[in-house]
Amino acid sequence: MDIDLDPIEQFDAPIYHRYHATSSRAITPFLHAVKRGELLGHLSTATGKVLFPPLGACPESGEATHIPVILSDTGTVIGFTTVHLPIPGSKLVPPFTVANILLDGADQACSHLISECDIDSVAIGMRVVAVWRPAEVWNNSLENIEYFKPTGEPLVDIDALQQQCLAEAEQRKEAAKGGQDA
Amino acid sequence: MREVAIVAYAQSPQVRQEKVLNEVEMLMPVIETALTEAAMTMDDIDFVCSGSCDYIAGGAFSFVGAVDALGATPSKMESHVEMDAAWALYESWLKIQAGEISSALIYGFGKSSVGDLPDVMSQQCDPYYLAPLWPDSISMAGLQASALLTTRRYTERDFAEVVVESRRKAKANPSAQLSGDTEVEELLRAPYISSPLRRHDCCPITDGVSVLIITDKTALPETIKRPVYIRGIDHRMEAHQLGIRVLSESGSTTQALAQAKSQAGIEHFDIAELYAAFSPQTLILKDALGLDDQVDINPSGGPLAGHIMMSAGLDRFGMSFRALQKSEVTTALAHATSGPCLQHNMIAILEAG
Repeated sequence: MDIDLDPIEQFDAPIYHRYHATSSRAITPFLHAVKRGELLGHLSTATGKVLFPPLGACPESGEATHIPVILSDTGTVIGFTTVHLPIPGSKLVPPFTVANILLDGADQACSHLISECDIDSVAIGMRVVAVWRPAEVWNNSLENIEYFKPTGEPLVDIDALQQQCLAEAEQRKEAAKGGQDA
Repeated sequence: MREVAIVAYAQSPQVRQEKVLNEVEMLMPVIETALTEAAMTMDDIDFVCSGSCDYIAGGAFSFVGAVDALGATPSKMESHVEMDAAWALYESWLKIQAGEISSALIYGFGKSSVGDLPDVMSQQCDPYYLAPLWPDSISMAGLQASALLTTRRYTERDFAEVVVESRRKAKANPSAQLSGDTEVEELLRAPYISSPLRRHDCCPITDGVSVLIITDKTALPETIKRPVYIRGIDHRMEAHQLGIRVLSESGSTTQALAQAKSQAGIEHFDIAELYAAFSPQTLILKDALGLDDQVDINPSGGPLAGHIMMSAGLDRFGMSFRALQKSEVTTALAHATSGPCLQHNMIAILEAG
């Protein structure tokens, strides 16, 4: 009977598709800016929040965003994890730390690496600054920032930071509304 | 059954290539247009459901990115089908029948220009017997067209006549990609691409998005003057392997029609919008549905005039809805399909109320 046949556990079925993707109206200016060493976010007038990285839509309101805001390359760690297992295909050698970083002036965290410090010293509220690769190798990628490193400033109270961000977003929202009324 | 009405429909232009915008950016203004037409806001929408395929955009979870266009606060009841958005409509219709929701916003999107659509479509075949052969969608449609010719019911001239009609009617559809006056003789002089299909027998590669809003009759916005009710809806699926099926017929379409008719109690249709991506499929469907010459088939031009992959079925509902806004049209048949060579077919009977 067929049931006696050796099971076939694997066969090759390679699939290749070629795509000519477009980077969209929102992401194209971001990619140009990062090549100049600038971090470009979007202001959502509906919520007053500054979105980074910008996707062209405010996920809270669903409205299109286009007002550019240049952000600082300093920020605050609001969460992190230290990876101890190698990731297939990755150049990163474990252990390494990945953090959610709230750039100063932004209301949305972005993810990046933390280095130049003892892994055990990384903490929520830690102030960090971007370490850029040499300008000669900059391209249209966030990889232009190699990693973030601690600034040495004291830890920030995350709850207070959140309240401050929400208050500032409310002010920007009112200002945007006022601008529309005028 | 609960009475479910289509209250708004909006579609982007059906272009050959959208060079700048991504799917989210294409969707946002079209959602706004549909909501404005219905005099609704997202707060009035109980459920959103979409149809798309990540293989088309070449990006994993591209449908999740599209949720940004809806505004996620407050969070919405949301679902997605990796099928034509007509099946997202069906899921929404079922949810209304179950009494879970009273309104739904349905959208479909496809940016086919970024990849090689006929090759991408070969990935829907089974992985052991068919997919390793890379059967592109045009070649599979060629097999079906050839099977139809073998029955001697139709000739290549009939295929060309379908195209002439499509292009002529599409002149009145501002979102059509292909429209105009052509002649059968001229078309028949064109070379084959996958015989017996010529380029014009195939739907054009199209980038675009569509949005449709339905509500329970009890939640009908007061501003809606001429709602369009879904009186009957059914879908049936055939075997996946092409060799098992009689490709020159569409038994699942006939079955779905019988079910939809028995729900609706309607036998006559003023118009029919058929999801025939290739000209011979129009003839196969016309026979399977028993449509006579009294029925205006694809007044929008149909998919041969513009074909948003993953939304072309939803567009048949939308184009029927638009036709039913005119007082002289009261009943319509909307057809949607999924899978190669009309494998899976949906029939809905619509009536202006």
